[in-house]
Amino acid sequence: MSETATPAAGGQKSLKELDRAVIRFAGDSGDGMQLTGEQFTTESAWAGNDIATLPNFPAEIRAPAGTLFGVSSFQLQFGSQRVYTPGDRLDCLVAMNPAALKVHVRDLKTGGLLIANTAAFEKRNLDKAGYAANPLDDPALAERYRLHKVDMTALTQEAVKDLPLDAREKDRTKNFFALGLVSWIYTRPLEPTLEWIGKKFTKNPAIAAANTRVLKAGHAYGETAEIFAEHYAVEAAEMAPGLYRAMTGNRALAWGILAAAQRSKVPVVYGAYPITPASDILHELALHKRFRVRTIQAEDEIAAVTAAIGASFGGAIGVTGSSGPGIALKGEAIGLAVMAELPLVVFNIQRGGPSTGLPTKTEQADLMQALGGRNSESPVVVLAPATPGDCFYVAYEAVRIAVKYMVPVIVLSDGFLANGSEPWLVPDPETLPPIDVQFRTSTEGFFPYLRDPATLARPWVRPGTPGLEHRIGGIEKQDVTGDISYDPDNHDHMVRVRAEKVRRVAQEIPPTSINGPATGDVLVVGWGGTYGAITAAVERAQAEGKSVASIHLRHLNPLPPDLGHVLREYRRVLVPEINSGQLVRVVRAEYLVDAVGFNRVRGLPLASDEIFDAITQLVGSPA
Amino acid sequence: MSPGGAEAKEAPKYTKKDFESDQDVRWCPGCGDYAILSAVQKAMPDLGVPKENIVFVSGIGCSSRFPYYMNTYGFHTIHGRAPALATGLRLARPDLKVFVVTGDGDGLSIGGNHMLHVLRRNVSVTILLFNNRIYGLTKGQYSPTSELGKVTKSTPMGSTDRPVNPLAFALGCGATFVARTVDRNIQHMEEMLRRAARHHGAAFIEILQNCNVYNHLAWNVVYDKESRLQYELRLEHGKPLLFGPPDDRRAVIMDGVAPRTVRARDVPESALWIHDEANVNAAKLLADLFAPDFPVPIGVLAAVEAPVYEEIMLQQEQKAISDRGPGDIAKLLTSGDTWKIS
Repeated sequence: MSETATPAAGGQKSLKELDRAVIRFAGDSGDGMQLTGEQFTTESAWAGNDIATLPNFPAEIRAPAGTLFGVSSFQLQFGSQRVYTPGDRLDCLVAMNPAALKVHVRDLKTGGLLIANTAAFEKRNLDKAGYAANPLDDPALAERYRLHKVDMTALTQEAVKDLPLDAREKDRTKNFFALGLVSWIYTRPLEPTLEWIGKKFTKNPAIAAANTRVLKAGHAYGETAEIFAEHYAVEAAEMAPGLYRAMTGNRALAWGILAAAQRSKVPVVYGAYPITPASDILHELALHKRFRVRTIQAEDEIAAVTAAIGASFGGAIGVTGSSGPGIALKGEAIGLAVMAELPLVVFNIQRGGPSTGLPTKTEQADLMQALGGRNSESPVVVLAPATPGDCFYVAYEAVRIAVKYMVPVIVLSDGFLANGSEPWLVPDPETLPPIDVQFRTSTEGFFPYLRDPATLARPWVRPGTPGLEHRIGGIEKQDVTGDISYDPDNHDHMVRVRAEKVRRVAQEIPPTSINGPATGDVLVVGWGGTYGAITAAVERAQAEGKSVASIHLRHLNPLPPDLGHVLREYRRVLVPEINSGQLVRVVRAEYLVDAVGFNRVRGLPLASDEIFDAITQLVGSPA
Repeated sequence: MSPGGAEAKEAPKYTKKDFESDQDVRWCPGCGDYAILSAVQKAMPDLGVPKENIVFVSGIGCSSRFPYYMNTYGFHTIHGRAPALATGLRLARPDLKVFVVTGDGDGLSIGGNHMLHVLRRNVSVTILLFNNRIYGLTKGQYSPTSELGKVTKSTPMGSTDRPVNPLAFALGCGATFVARTVDRNIQHMEEMLRRAARHHGAAFIEILQNCNVYNHLAWNVVYDKESRLQYELRLEHGKPLLFGPPDDRRAVIMDGVAPRTVRARDVPESALWIHDEANVNAAKLLADLFAPDFPVPIGVLAAVEAPVYEEIMLQQEQKAISDRGPGDIAKLLTSGDTWKIS
């Protein structure tokens, strides 16, 4: 981080220019940290910065107050240059209680800004966090960090004392004190938050007034209190011109589906059962009935996917979404879609597992499940978005491929992409590739399993079409006629046809885009939500003169046709993943390349620094 | 929207033959399914629905082979899931007439959950549940409707589970049309099929069906001529619950809050229980009646109107469109908080 100090003029506090900053708001799960972080993100977007966010919250809705496991946090990195990740180490930590301090202080850089709400550091909370004495009184803390002790609770109460609200309602606005204060420290505009308050609490003027006052009080406190000697500015980033909006992965997936519905002129049926972290896709789609998107909150995961398949049979686009445990339940039905050769899109918002695992944390360990987690030879197309905004394009592409090839497509997003947001350049929907759905209506020479010579897709027939009445199902079919067949050679043939159909999707994959030299020492191969961490690490290594490049796979099945060639252009291949080595196994098996993995499975995004270290080690290692 | 939403197009004059597919029927010789297939094919022309607008959806089991033999659209899906798949199909295509063909194992064991929800949602599908009280396709294990103590390959000392009663289950789920018929009574089957198919909402028919290989004559109480005369209770709307031979008519009456069987001549006409299809509570009592202590009710137990799931869903869609116009992705993308970088 480079800093440029501007001398303080006329009693004004000095303003330092930063390239980027990493901030984390942490408190009790009832403290409103997610909202605080989201508002700070919006303010930073207004300031023109590039941004990446990492919400992190407990699975419990209201975990017991003050406990370590009840801590909820929201981290973001914003910068005047391209920001790829939410950041590894913190420049600033806001700790609303002792538990938040205990859980998060280790991530704060030495010399980083630590802001603590002193009112919460009382005996009961200290006990719950396991502190024998108040850590804020420990001189070592103040030596190591720039510690600012602020009694946010009292300052909040003071700001709203004459408003007709009870003490609890007043206290609940203290997160906006923290927001106001940190907004001052990083010279964020308050307008977006003031606007948000106005809209959100139209029906409750007292609450609106309280939040407004507390936000401004926090801001004023930063400006006037003697303790803050300086504040910071982060210049607007140089970003491609155009219209931007903040986009989360789950919303982008939903909007990608809406775009596909509109473009294809085919209605969508989205079947889902509530599950973290995928439920927001259902919520979002349910808002947009005008797009002829029909949502079913099904009785279970199996009903959700079979309803989607029923819709596809009826000539709609069947989509289902879940997380790993739900995908496990859907396995048999996905096999039915493989056999019946119907379009189906399956979103898997991966989370920590196995079993219930870590419902609110991220992971990339469902790749093998997507590739092979069904009985028998059951190939499906597998795609993975790289960033929250990329989810829009990948959802759209999944529909396009599913209807073109009459095949299920699994999209592997993850908890980090789902809830994380980034400034997203709004696309012109006209520039998206067409989705040209042609339902068969001609009875001439019709058979249900006739195949398109280019895609091997069978015809999509809407029931209701006279003369094309036919029966399909999960039993093996004679190719072309679609009659039930137990013939050994036909089965062998059909196994190969279903595989070949998926393989042919490779003709949709553009040449692999390489970030770095076309040949060199180390190639880093990634997929999914690790894009930012990998790119940041690789660009740092490149800046240090290392011969390193990276590629990020959007297509995991089939793999890009040029991948084998690309891999062989580098001395070593490194595959960082949030699993114990799944893509690396595929790469080794498919290409006989001695790729090595970098694996951490902590429920968190990979740290860019650690990937950088892994690259550095490999650069110097023998082939 | 019309009941079932399928009557928009005028149907040609069909005969049974128009509904026979070109596939060889592969049930065991003597299976009750043949009679059901024939009755369904015979009832179809009366529905007045063009055959391209008819879809048969099934799960897994002997009964679930049914769609292959109907010259309509058909989907033989996976075990137990036909009601869920049909729900998605109806939501996508409310113009289609959808039948679900299932069995006691498919519909009440592995698919029991979906059966519950398709009935309570009142999705417009006609559900034919073939109940033979046995797993036939897997060669003779006891089913969820098998009697307690049933000796089968998987229960050599007798099954230890109490059976589920399909009619009581359906009514408990909130089904709006519940009927029972018998595979050996083609005429009655046709009548029930026609009524069920015209019902607005989910219609559930239990068809007592004979598996002559693994559970022969499980329903002999309504097959055997003498026994049938003694036990079959034909339900007719507005008529008293009378059964038994002409010279010894019996009646089911309410004695306090419990049904009781009496000699018809022993009670005044005013004491007779008049069958009312609109009375779901009475239907719940009827559903539990069975031989030997009671007669076996055959016919429509309940038929009531209730909101239909997919119709409400589509009304919401229409309202959203008429209030705010059709969706426009370009507008949505630029709506709300955005900022420009030049």
